Amino acid sequence: MTMTTTNDLTTQTPAKRRFGGSDLIGLGVILALAVVGYFLFPTNLALLTRIIALALLVLSLDLVTGYCGVATLGHAALFGAGAYAAGIASAHYGINDPLSMLAFGIVAGAVAGLVCGAVILRAHGLPQLVLSIALIHLFHEFANKASSWTGGSDGLSGIAPSALLGLYEFDLWGRTAYVFAVVLLALVFALLRLIVRSPFGMLCRAIKEDPIRIRSMGASPKAALMKMYVISGAVAGVGGALNAISTQVVGLDSLSFTMSAESLVMLVLGGTGSLFGALTGTIVFMFFEDVVSAANPFHWLTMVGALLIAVVLFAPKGLYGTAAAIVARRREAK
Amino acid sequence: MQTVFSIAIDALAYGMVLFVISIGLSVTMGLMRVVNLAHGAFAMIGGYIASYAARDLGLAYGFAIVLAVFGTILIAIPIERLLYRRIYGAPELTQVLMTIGITFCIIGIANYVFGPTLKTVPLPAQLQGSVDLGFRAIATHRLFAILCGLAVAAALWYAIERTAFGVKLRASVDNAAMAAALGVRTEIVYAVSFAVAVGLSAFGGVVGAELLPVEPYYALRYMVTFLVVVSVGGAGSIPGALVACLLLGGIDTTGRYLMPEFGEFFFYLAVIAIICVFPRGLAGRAKG
Amino acid sequence: MQPIFEVRNLKRAFGGLAVTNDVSLSMAPGDRVALIGPNGAGKTTFVNLVTGNLAPDSGEVRLGGEAVTGIDAIGRVRRGLVRSFQVTRLFLDMTPAEHVALAVLQRDGRSGRLFGNFLSMPDVMDEVGQLLGKLGLRDLMHRKVSEIAYGQQRLLEIAVALALKPKVLLLDEPAAGVPQSDTGRIEQALSDLPADLAVLMIEHDMDLVFRFAKRVVVLAAGVIIFDGSPSDVTQDPRVREAYLGSYANASHAA
Repeated sequence: MTMTTTNDLTTQTPAKRRFGGSDLIGLGVILALAVVGYFLFPTNLALLTRIIALALLVLSLDLVTGYCGVATLGHAALFGAGAYAAGIASAHYGINDPLSMLAFGIVAGAVAGLVCGAVILRAHGLPQLVLSIALIHLFHEFANKASSWTGGSDGLSGIAPSALLGLYEFDLWGRTAYVFAVVLLALVFALLRLIVRSPFGMLCRAIKEDPIRIRSMGASPKAALMKMYVISGAVAGVGGALNAISTQVVGLDSLSFTMSAESLVMLVLGGTGSLFGALTGTIVFMFFEDVVSAANPFHWLTMVGALLIAVVLFAPKGLYGTAAAIVARRREAK
Repeated sequence: MQTVFSIAIDALAYGMVLFVISIGLSVTMGLMRVVNLAHGAFAMIGGYIASYAARDLGLAYGFAIVLAVFGTILIAIPIERLLYRRIYGAPELTQVLMTIGITFCIIGIANYVFGPTLKTVPLPAQLQGSVDLGFRAIATHRLFAILCGLAVAAALWYAIERTAFGVKLRASVDNAAMAAALGVRTEIVYAVSFAVAVGLSAFGGVVGAELLPVEPYYALRYMVTFLVVVSVGGAGSIPGALVACLLLGGIDTTGRYLMPEFGEFFFYLAVIAIICVFPRGLAGRAKG
Repeated sequence: MQPIFEVRNLKRAFGGLAVTNDVSLSMAPGDRVALIGPNGAGKTTFVNLVTGNLAPDSGEVRLGGEAVTGIDAIGRVRRGLVRSFQVTRLFLDMTPAEHVALAVLQRDGRSGRLFGNFLSMPDVMDEVGQLLGKLGLRDLMHRKVSEIAYGQQRLLEIAVALALKPKVLLLDEPAAGVPQSDTGRIEQALSDLPADLAVLMIEHDMDLVFRFAKRVVVLAAGVIIFDGSPSDVTQDPRVREAYLGSYANASHAA
């Protein structure tokens, strides 16, 4: 391989990386799926809303794990912080406006992101992983102890969101909650598409590949990762708040290791480092859970484990990532 | 004074059990560089086998231990062959996913086979009751656990520092490629270490069943505890692991005695504090 | 002229062994200096001390008249001290355009922007095109780095460094590992470096040193034993001893 030979092979058109065609298609697919879901499962909108709340958590995890390469098993801390903040605002302070509750969720998620980032980013490798697990247990224990605020193991109840924009009551069938959720997901998705393509997104991808090289370009990997953690926290906070508003309870499970691990499974199932992957993984996992745990709850964990092993062995890029790679190869072959 | 003494004995026993279970994890992590989240699951399998052997089949305690150790190794061999082999040298996230997948599977299966209840390993008469030290009485079982920990530490120290296998092991931990070039058959070193690690884990699971009760979520509940021993002690370091176990055992036990209402809060807080201060472990080298 | 880069009495020992011992060096804008020395002379340690990846036991590093000894590696880069790597360290999944754009954006304090894309920032694209054009990488700018030849990767290393608009450039063996047929392109790039830039090149290849450097500094056993013109270096008795004598010493030490 000398330079002259490769020079002749080149001239490729630059891949357009602005918010353009593929993003609009992505948004279109999300909205179309939402409409299909609405008509396909009119009696199960609560499940669809929960899927969207978790999708926000998985998107948030993708930001730090997929785009920045931070391995964490404690990401539910950010989600739970958002859920409890929105819930506590309503249950204890009578702030029942859904958008205000959402704002509380976003801020709490971002603050939790700041705290978790500050701790987790202190180490690398195994110690980093252990820190993330210890953090989620710490958050869990804390919420369990502060039961006058959080309801402890009974869960936080008494959340009563008022009508959305003063117009749309949260109905018994969960229609308002579902539409609210779809709109939030579409907004967050569009925003994240912009962010991952921005200079900052590019910086994060570079940090994932080689943080030391980035330092020699004068950028601080730690500062960038902290920033990403805060953004990630805000996104997870949206998911948490959405869950609190739509279900009107917040349980300790939203701050659990299991939820953290499951969100990682969902992300990997779909494919890391891609927003579509995160969405695909969440949808597939949640439907799978709904079917399997209804049929035999005993085997749910075994199935998740087997699924995880299968993904690692046979589709390490995840469902979406593998599919995208096949499509790309086909295109190249043409 | 009475409390201090009880805490000290319990902490020591707990720390020693942690040591027996985690030391294998530490050595294999230092050797194979695999982040193995499923290590606790092997301790759990050991506990289940011993419980089944001693309680349901009525076998002697010592025999149950032997059965548990070898049974667990037997179960672990195909898992190592089929699954672990694929992730040696893989990125960390892949290793985490694979081993957490294995953990989930083992929990699910244990839950299905043995049910969700707590399983005990009945102690033989010799280990029940207490030993009078003259000024204090200690529960015999605690003393047994401490002695087991000391015996394991001594045996490992001897095996690693004084035997031919130990030399090969240390060389492989240091630089696997170089060791292989010098004629060490690293795959045998890996296989033996993995088997010993699993066996010790099962042994610890049985001996520590009084302190870490055997139930399906055991593997998840103590996952962080075992991992933290390794990351605090530094992978591959026996003295590091010993110090980490005693330290963490002390913190956890003291917390339970003095502030039971706070559960594990202080334990996790201590874990975070220790790792933040020593991000490379107690035995790890400081940053240049 | 006021020196742009200065090292004063820099010392660093590892376990009692002084690897950098009382090294002083001064460079003015536009200087072309080659740092050479036999293996184990302490060149790597010297680079790490200068870039801020290693703290000296004593001594000082000054950049544009300011002491930067207490400033970390990132801060030194931001003040204009930039290095290239001996073995290319590029982001294999990214394109040359992205590399240079990242460096440009970082230099201008815009790398933290959450919106917009460099492909639609005319000023960034102009600079990226210009820099890559100058190094003959323009046609490859949208390919993945993992797909381009090693010699081109080395050129990209130089492009990234230049995009940071350094005042002092440390080139760590810029032609290492490049096939003979491609070194011409790299030498061309080196001779095209901005005239006011101070360049310190660490190099083994003496042909390259003689063609590039106006001044040669020889480091041996942590001490500067020669600092002068390239034409004198081969005649210097201490340099001869260090290189020829080091053979015996090295085998003795091993």
